[in-house]
Amino acid sequence: MGLMLAIRKRFGFILKLFFKKDKMRIGIYGPPNAGKTTLANRILRDWTGDVIGSPSDVPHETRRAKLREGVKIEVDGKSLTIDIVDTPGLATKIDFHEFLKYGMDEEEAKRRAKEATEGVIEAIKWLDDLDGVLLVMDATEDPFTQVNVTIVGNMEARNLPLLIVANKIDLPNASPARIKSAFPQHPVVPISALKGINIDSLYKAMAERFG
Amino acid sequence: MEGVQMHLISKEMLEKMPSMEKLRMILDNVKEGKIVVLETGLTPEEEAKLIEMTMLEIDHENFIGIEVESYPVKERSVFSKLFGKPKGRLTVIGPANRLKTLEKQADVIKALVQV
Ligand SMILES: Nc1nc2c(ncn2[C@@H]2O[C@H](COP(=O)(O)OP(=O)(O)O)[C@@H](O)[C@H]2O)c(=O)[nH]1
Ligand SMILES: [Mg+2]
Repeated sequence: MGLMLAIRKRFGFILKLFFKKDKMRIGIYGPPNAGKTTLANRILRDWTGDVIGSPSDVPHETRRAKLREGVKIEVDGKSLTIDIVDTPGLATKIDFHEFLKYGMDEEEAKRRAKEATEGVIEAIKWLDDLDGVLLVMDATEDPFTQVNVTIVGNMEARNLPLLIVANKIDLPNASPARIKSAFPQHPVVPISALKGINIDSLYKAMAERFG
Repeated sequence: MEGVQMHLISKEMLEKMPSMEKLRMILDNVKEGKIVVLETGLTPEEEAKLIEMTMLEIDHENFIGIEVESYPVKERSVFSKLFGKPKGRLTVIGPANRLKTLEKQADVIKALVQV
């Protein structure tokens, strides 16, 4: 690790008390299928009018990180300009057999699995170039996974602001409370990216956390 | 006796090892089907690096990745942020096709190992 990077990592949070960046680069992270692309599209549609990528039932649909610059969000008279990075889902394992269930043949499934492994690496590399993270979790699932623990740990180690998004609260078995109790030291905003529930609270929290 | 080999690595040993050596040791053992238990876990950066290395070595035949069980790092004070190193807690790492997390809570992890 370079000396400057080491210094920035260790003392960055002090620097941040004095200097404020005028533009923040925010990464959208989380496990596959949490709703990252759906959320990125919702944010872009609300503030720019276009979309970033296609959401899908099939895991690892997003296999390259996508960047959209200069998204201006306005909340209560305050405005925040962010660059948004929609990242491929993070995973510790990728089994091509899983893709066979979605009607792919073996060759296609293996190709997709290979691209998915590359996507994970790309998402990890992006961690070094961000000013904040929206960590998206599927609120119907167990939040205590290695992927979530690793993302949270890396944000803490880098002293970067983190906002946890408890997505899919439109589903009956969603439990944002379980997410809150798993990561009590970070703010959690329950939303449905698909149905557009509670999105205004998310923008407010983003303005507070990243502004 | 049939079974799965487990390697239990002490804190003293881990503290002596450079990061890359540690990660290489873990991955080599896991790829041979062993379960590795670390008395003190990895730093968040090492965890990310381990995931990265794992992705590079998945061959879509014998090795499909790893399963990692660990606890989140406890919140750190301003003092430890300045002068300390983030320390991971007890961590178990195994091949994804052998080790499966059953349940994870703040201070208890239940897992299943397939022989
Ligand atoms: N019920 C429900 N489904 C959602 C929500 N957000 C995303 N999804 C669905 O979850 C699946 C994965 O979404 P996607 O955005 O591709 O997830 P990504 O892999 O994290 O980018 C898709 O079928 C989405 O329609 C939500 O808020 N509620
Ligand atoms: Mg996606």
